Amino acid sequence: MAKIVVNGENQDVQLPLTVAGLIKLNNVLQPEMVSVQVNEEFVDRTEFDTLQLKENDSVDFLYFMGGGC
Amino acid sequence: MYDFTEEELLRYSRHILLQDVGVEGQEKINNAKVLVVGAGGLGAPVSLYLAAAGVGTIGIIDGDVVDLSNLQRQVIHFTKDVDTPKVLSAKEKMLAINPNIKVNAIQDLLMADNALDIIKEYDFIVDGTDNFPVKFLINDACVMAGKPFSHGGILRFEGQTFTHVPGSACYRCLFGAPPPPNAVPTCSQAGVLGAIAGMLGTIQAAETLKYITGVGELLTNKLLTFNAKTMDFRKINTRHNSHCKLCGDNPTITELVDYEQATCDLKKH
Repeated sequence: MAKIVVNGENQDVQLPLTVAGLIKLNNVLQPEMVSVQVNEEFVDRTEFDTLQLKENDSVDFLYFMGGGC
Repeated sequence: MYDFTEEELLRYSRHILLQDVGVEGQEKINNAKVLVVGAGGLGAPVSLYLAAAGVGTIGIIDGDVVDLSNLQRQVIHFTKDVDTPKVLSAKEKMLAINPNIKVNAIQDLLMADNALDIIKEYDFIVDGTDNFPVKFLINDACVMAGKPFSHGGILRFEGQTFTHVPGSACYRCLFGAPPPPNAVPTCSQAGVLGAIAGMLGTIQAAETLKYITGVGELLTNKLLTFNAKTMDFRKINTRHNSHCKLCGDNPTITELVDYEQATCDLKKH
């Protein structure tokens, strides 16, 4: 098992694991709508399927929030 | 140099007492011009606090009238204001709190063809809108015009905000492009706890006053998110995205566009 940090919290995952795999593992609703940062760098959506995560990576899922009224 | 009257010295005494603000900071506030886009859940607390703080000129733009369903959270509008244009209702309350300020009530929608013209008059812009097309329009117009702004979004029990100044991460750095209409629910579809609007709106008002006075550290290159169910607050470090289509290395967005939005959102805010 490898430790990565997801939205500030430790998660034990099995490597190899892609960004797309982590999205699935975290049951992200509407994966096509989430923005992802790995170690504070934005990941292009086209790289979700190929970018491999490493031990101690820090991943942030950013969600759209459109309300205000 | 702003010439404070006795009344103003007393009115703003709790600001002036703050070592970081003082008379000089209050003078900056009195000379500042802020545009609030949207007189709704976020625009209400933002406008009230900025008016109370003495922001010299406050522009407020919204094309809507007050609806009974707004009153659960849009605390600047009262029951008697139902069916009144929101900007007129908001202007009345702002001037009632502080008759020393000037309020520009703009009863219109912010669109690609008027955005740059409207924002150019102001020092800082606050996004208090309820839909993605206008959130992206505010972002694009502000980045193009080199204006700082505060982004705000709320939904259900959650909120998010960041502050942009020229050179820092913009909304497109974080989210690219608006989601397709109806792909992400809005408050009018999914609901929102009224007090969340107050929580996020007052953060935006504080950021505005921090920007004006130069006090503290802004939420630039940071996305602040919170979930009121657990009262977890989190600051996510972000940075300028070199792939950003607006402010990245090879920008492809060079003019403003009006994105399509779900028609149900246009009606009942």
